[in-house]
Amino acid sequence: MNREEIILAIQDIIKTIAPDEDVSNLKTDVRLRDQIELDSMDFLDIVMELRKRYGVQVPEDDYKELATLDGCVAYLGPKMQGKSLKVGV
Amino acid sequence: MTADRYDALVIGAGMSGLAAGIRLAQFGRRVAILERHALWGGLNSFYKRGGRRFDSGLHALTNFARPESKTAPLSRVLRQLRLRFDDLHLGEQGRSRLHLADVRLDFSNDFALLEAEVARAFPAQRTQFASFVRAVREAEPFTTVDPSASGRAFLREHLTDEDLVEALMLPLCWYGSAREGDVDAYQAIILFRAIFLEGLARPRGGIKPLLDLLVARYKAEGGELRTHHGVESVLRDSRGAARGVRLDSGDELLSDRILSSAGYVETRNLCGESSAPADQGRLSFVETQRVLSQPSASIGALHTLVFFSDSLRPAWRRPEEPVDLSNGVIACSDNYAGNEIAPRGLMRVTCLANPETWCAYDEAEYRTQKDRWEDAICAAAAPYAADPRPLTTQVDCFTPRTITHYTGHTGGTVYGSPRKRLDGDSGVPNVHLIGTDQGFVGIVGALMSGISIANRHALVAQ
Repeated sequence: MNREEIILAIQDIIKTIAPDEDVSNLKTDVRLRDQIELDSMDFLDIVMELRKRYGVQVPEDDYKELATLDGCVAYLGPKMQGKSLKVGV
Repeated sequence: MTADRYDALVIGAGMSGLAAGIRLAQFGRRVAILERHALWGGLNSFYKRGGRRFDSGLHALTNFARPESKTAPLSRVLRQLRLRFDDLHLGEQGRSRLHLADVRLDFSNDFALLEAEVARAFPAQRTQFASFVRAVREAEPFTTVDPSASGRAFLREHLTDEDLVEALMLPLCWYGSAREGDVDAYQAIILFRAIFLEGLARPRGGIKPLLDLLVARYKAEGGELRTHHGVESVLRDSRGAARGVRLDSGDELLSDRILSSAGYVETRNLCGESSAPADQGRLSFVETQRVLSQPSASIGALHTLVFFSDSLRPAWRRPEEPVDLSNGVIACSDNYAGNEIAPRGLMRVTCLANPETWCAYDEAEYRTQKDRWEDAICAAAAPYAADPRPLTTQVDCFTPRTITHYTGHTGGTVYGSPRKRLDGDSGVPNVHLIGTDQGFVGIVGALMSGISIANRHALVAQ
């Protein structure tokens, strides 16, 4: 999965968790929490959805790597290699 | 004997069990909810009498919040369970009242009403009340408040008029305190927010549509709901850790994650462990429900809820007599907006009761006492709302005996053990408490309990 696809994957997961949020204009270098109302429980759901959809494991110590979309791309890039995007699951 | 392996087993299909089940099933865990009874809901269930459906709990859904308030507990619960606010069809309360002797304070889902009422009835406490409310808003009840601290002491830190303290304590006790004579300070904060700063509502149709929604959601994610499947005991390995359960049928189900909503004492019993006498809850209720031929408001019962007491120092404790008529709660369900009960009314009155007395009666005596006290409760409530008796078309009444039967809670406790375990620790490895004895109360609280313990001990941990 390339950069754009990883961002789409995360945006789609956020849409599942918080259907009312507009995810199309999220800045990639600003903390997700500062742009939309995500609490720690929602954050856990991003991790759980990554595991469910892509089989990607994110240990609790690494949750902080997913704070921004850029962070997600950097951290998930290697883990998502060769996987195909699933949206609207 | 058959053995079957699960990622997690949930004991009890109440609000907390269903919420935990949804969370686990949603993320692909193999999970079964085991419920001894034919129906789900636990304390918040429903039953039919004379062709009419009655709710066993649900005077009110506290924590009402509109969907735009995204950090409110209700909104967070809905997101976690992937439910939509509109699916709940919540009808908000009208006006409700705290009525202790000659003190009357009205409140509604607009907090400004309570502020104005406090300013009217306790003008000298205006500033103190504002500082109290600020403290409630800013508190972090789970991290900074000592779990055994006194709620009354917390109120007294800000409020100097004892009459006001006791008036505010009354609903906090009635809607969630398992502790005699007081409420835990962290609970007081959460309950004040849930009742006054957030608000009260009722799902249209009562508890059943909400339960249907949760069960449908759970099943859609592949969760197994097994009714008539009581847990007889928890199986443990040589180190004492849980490894599964034995059912009443003798069948065994295996899992090293057990989430139990049975209660602290009851869960430890299932594990073959004892608990301290101080862990046993002592508070139970008698409640009557009167179906009326006219709306409650037409006979002068204008409030949605009335927390009443004949004195300014209500006793929140197990009474000596079968029922304590001196204080209680009146809920006029047909005073919620958009309810389906109209044009008929439904008035419910709840009072504290002595579970030992109620459980010791033989069958004939039980019926006699039930009729006698049911009538006395209606008479006691009449001065605070209206006398429902002349307009009654149907009556149903439940007692500590009924509660014990349907919830399995020893002593018919409604709010469980007075010593809560916020971390869900049952003292038995692999067994985690959810629901009442984990310490979150009310419908939204119970859902949050199941969610947070499932997240922490069965999703993150694995």
